[in-house]
Amino acid sequence: MATHTEQLTATGAAATVTAERTAVRLRGLTRSFEGRAVLDGIDLDIPAGQFVALLGHSGSGKSTLLRAVAGLDHEVAGSGGLTAPQRVSVVFQDSRLLPWRRVLDNVLLGTEGEEKGRAALAEVGLKGRERAWPNELSGGEAQRAALARSLVREPELLLADEPFGALDALTRIRMHALLRELWERHRPSVLLVTHDVDEAIVLADRVLVLEHGRIGLDLTIDRPHPRTYRDPLLGEYRERLLAALGVTEAPESAAEAPGRAPSTAVTAADHQ
Amino acid sequence: MTTSTTSTASTASTASTASTATTAETAKAQSDQTPPGKSPSGKSPSGAATPSGAAGTSVAVGAAAQVRRRRRLSPGRRLPASRLVGPLLFLALWAAASAAGQLDPAAVPAPWTVLETGVRLWTDGTLPTDILTSLRRAGAGFAIGLTAGIALALASGLSRTGEALIDGTVQLNRAIPTLGLIPLFILWLGIGETFKIAIIAIVVYIPIYLNTHAALAGIDTRFVELAEVQGLSRFRFIREIVIPGALPGFFVGLRLGVTGSWLGLVVLEQINATNGLGYLMFQAQNYGQSDVILVGLVVYGIFGLVSDSAVRLIERRVLSWRRTLSS
Repeated sequence: MATHTEQLTATGAAATVTAERTAVRLRGLTRSFEGRAVLDGIDLDIPAGQFVALLGHSGSGKSTLLRAVAGLDHEVAGSGGLTAPQRVSVVFQDSRLLPWRRVLDNVLLGTEGEEKGRAALAEVGLKGRERAWPNELSGGEAQRAALARSLVREPELLLADEPFGALDALTRIRMHALLRELWERHRPSVLLVTHDVDEAIVLADRVLVLEHGRIGLDLTIDRPHPRTYRDPLLGEYRERLLAALGVTEAPESAAEAPGRAPSTAVTAADHQ
Repeated sequence: MTTSTTSTASTASTASTASTATTAETAKAQSDQTPPGKSPSGKSPSGAATPSGAAGTSVAVGAAAQVRRRRRLSPGRRLPASRLVGPLLFLALWAAASAAGQLDPAAVPAPWTVLETGVRLWTDGTLPTDILTSLRRAGAGFAIGLTAGIALALASGLSRTGEALIDGTVQLNRAIPTLGLIPLFILWLGIGETFKIAIIAIVVYIPIYLNTHAALAGIDTRFVELAEVQGLSRFRFIREIVIPGALPGFFVGLRLGVTGSWLGLVVLEQINATNGLGYLMFQAQNYGQSDVILVGLVVYGIFGLVSDSAVRLIERRVLSWRRTLSS
């Protein structure tokens, strides 16, 4: 019940702040697999240019939501209203570069304009790698190329499905800075799906927690950028988000359900 | 003099190895034996003197030397020109046995006899004519089989209707040994060139179809999703993702098809032919000319090798993006 009111107030607040354009509008969005509702009537507005992170346990329907917004859920049963901008780009967890096309040709997949492609590659720090084959790139470079490919289309909405999940920790930190920088320059709306609470806090201005097919928490993070993990105020956001995810950092005090206590402790450790 | 160097070096080694867990233990033991500045003069134990003689950096080298290399289980580096070794050895044995008179010349003629026969057949014009005829048959059959294989694979790989119509039929066709169709084809098409070309085409199209179709069906769904996201038209999706993605599979089929065309030829030219390599060999069998048979086999072998190498060369050109994988 408490989460419900929170959701309502938050949505109301978002609507008043931006009486301007709404990039994404979901109304009663429902998606189910084999009769099980993964998304259970989601209402959500993302104003144009907002950076939103979507958190949730694995299997909570994060990716289902993203794929619905991307229009990629062809054979999924569902209903509800859904509007999204014309130009939508998607960044996947894997870079998804076609191995038989050179990096520049990958960036230009589905569009024209070599100069635009070169500019996008330069922007993600891959200047000079235009003629490289994807196999020759490191994981981080490949993901940069994927970012360039999504940028080149000048998206109004950028959907990112755990884009840094497969990267090593150091590369991930650099990619966080890059993504934020690109967002500041181009200002698309961003929906970043992640299971990493810290990533969400450091990057996004608004964090949603998906739980039982609904948005359990809608948190606006009002801290200046660039943010660091050391910011004590971010620690408070972190605790709230972890609590919403059903994870308590101190295993002794967890005890919401005795049987589940050990598993939540493990999850908390994963996030550190 | 010696003692002072020993003591400083051993302190240095303690500091430098503090980070490496494996050597830290040894270094500690050594520094216990020879405490800094208090090393017993002249009685310095030889075990401690060895690492301390060389300075701090050599400690890491000394530790690395203690790691025993694992026994290598892979066959190791390839011998130079390794593919030629076996055939050349075989040739040498053959020549030696012939020269020593160990082989019956009627059954296995000497290598030079085969070469002489080859030159004779070439100069009197029989061999060029037969080769040309064989090449024409194989080429025509191969071209038809290639076209049919590609067309059917595309039709069945790119549309569900096509798949329903074609795939089962081809799988059925595959189950029937193609050479078993020869009698029927002779009845239908007569005993001339047509049936031979038709059989070769069937032998060729099946592997090309199967491999290309499998490759088309196996296009990574992640790439399909990407194409949807990037807003590719159906035509561009096929041209830019499906076809390049299926090319590796197609080339596997192509190589099998090329080999198949020669295989079919050998059999077909021994049935009711009046010219061609197979006919030459068949006639030679009747007259007991084993040298001519060997000439025919050598020519077949050369054709097979050359065509396979050609396909591989094209494959390497077209799939140049793959080279980075193997390196």
